Amino acid sequence: MTAPHPDDLREAARRIAGAVPDPEIPVLTIADLGVLRDVRVGPSGIEIDITPTYCGCPAMSMIATEIEIALEKAGLGRPKVATVLSPAWTTDWMTDEGRDKLRAYGIAPPPKGAGRRALFGVDEVACPHCGSTDTTAIAEFGSTACKALWRCHACREPFDYFKCH
Amino acid sequence: MTSIRVTETPLVTYVLRRADDALVLGHRLSEWCGKAPMMEEEMALANMGLDLIGQARALYTYAGEAEAAGHDEDALAYRRDERAYRNLLLVEQPNGDFAVTMVRQLLYAAYADPYWRAMMSSRDATLAAIAAKAEKEMAYHLRHSAEWVVRLGDGTPESHERTARALTMLWPYTGELFETDSVDDSLIEAGIAVDPASLRDTWRATVADVLGRATLTMPADGYMQKGGRSGRHSEHLGHLLTELQYMQRTIPGATW
Repeated sequence: MTAPHPDDLREAARRIAGAVPDPEIPVLTIADLGVLRDVRVGPSGIEIDITPTYCGCPAMSMIATEIEIALEKAGLGRPKVATVLSPAWTTDWMTDEGRDKLRAYGIAPPPKGAGRRALFGVDEVACPHCGSTDTTAIAEFGSTACKALWRCHACREPFDYFKCH
Repeated sequence: MTSIRVTETPLVTYVLRRADDALVLGHRLSEWCGKAPMMEEEMALANMGLDLIGQARALYTYAGEAEAAGHDEDALAYRRDERAYRNLLLVEQPNGDFAVTMVRQLLYAAYADPYWRAMMSSRDATLAAIAAKAEKEMAYHLRHSAEWVVRLGDGTPESHERTARALTMLWPYTGELFETDSVDDSLIEAGIAVDPASLRDTWRATVADVLGRATLTMPADGYMQKGGRSGRHSEHLGHLLTELQYMQRTIPGATW
């Protein structure tokens, strides 16, 4: 058996690592979220960079562990997983597929083109259930650091909004 | 467990000051867990505390690397005594009622938001990377606390009264935000630090805007408290550290 070409190895590692679900929003993979930053084949094995959505995101160490388990299970050995801060993650890195998955899951996806937020809220957020923009914020923070809690006046449903960041 | 001694170069001191601000304020916010006035605010305060503790972790890790004496984030957070802490007096002030917590958050976030945005152009690549994360988080903290200060100030006579009292009580701690010493001067010169004097107009304009909407009067700058940056703290920090450091001091090196 010949050793796999480094490019093939890297692609396999990227596919497997990228498929790891986000522990807090399991409908999204870390590739959908843009949390998987880089996959390299280094001298002592596979090196993977991930980036936090928020500084204090409690899911980072769990994501790193899940990546290690997934790659080991696939027979690619234990990767070296590092957390990088720069460039800072923005919701613009979320894939279109990720946005569709979020909406289908009942979470309003972040708008593209993260700009500076105004001092007082001016976001227009479409309800992920009925599409109406007749919505208001209930609370700036929802069940995780990356979400806010909103309510739709058209269909009367509350929903999570993945904050533009 | 015995305390550590940190060899402080200007960079180590500068980074520790920011790390201590973030850890102490993050810890204060975490003290609201289980006590917030409503479920949504319970989530908000814990989430903001988490942002700050996340910033503190990155900053402590960097301070440890800059010192190069083998101190990791945990050693720096858990094994320095009160006098070695370098945080602003503002962030160690007790939570008080919800108005005190929100006014404290507003006064700090209105400073930290433009501070981290300016630090994104620091010549120090690590500080610039941390700044790019923290800047977005502090913008959100500012928005959240500004909305609450308006709601409380322009609310009932009682909420107005309490918010005005909180403002009077915390104002003397705002002078320290713009203080500089030789540590700052050398790093400002090197393009690593931001001159806080350049942030003062922005800070004042933001605070004035929020207080105006909140029907509150901006206090006059009178006597200002200082000392936090050199380790001279109010009586509150020692109590906070007792709780924060208890486990690591009792069972050194304990892990989950």
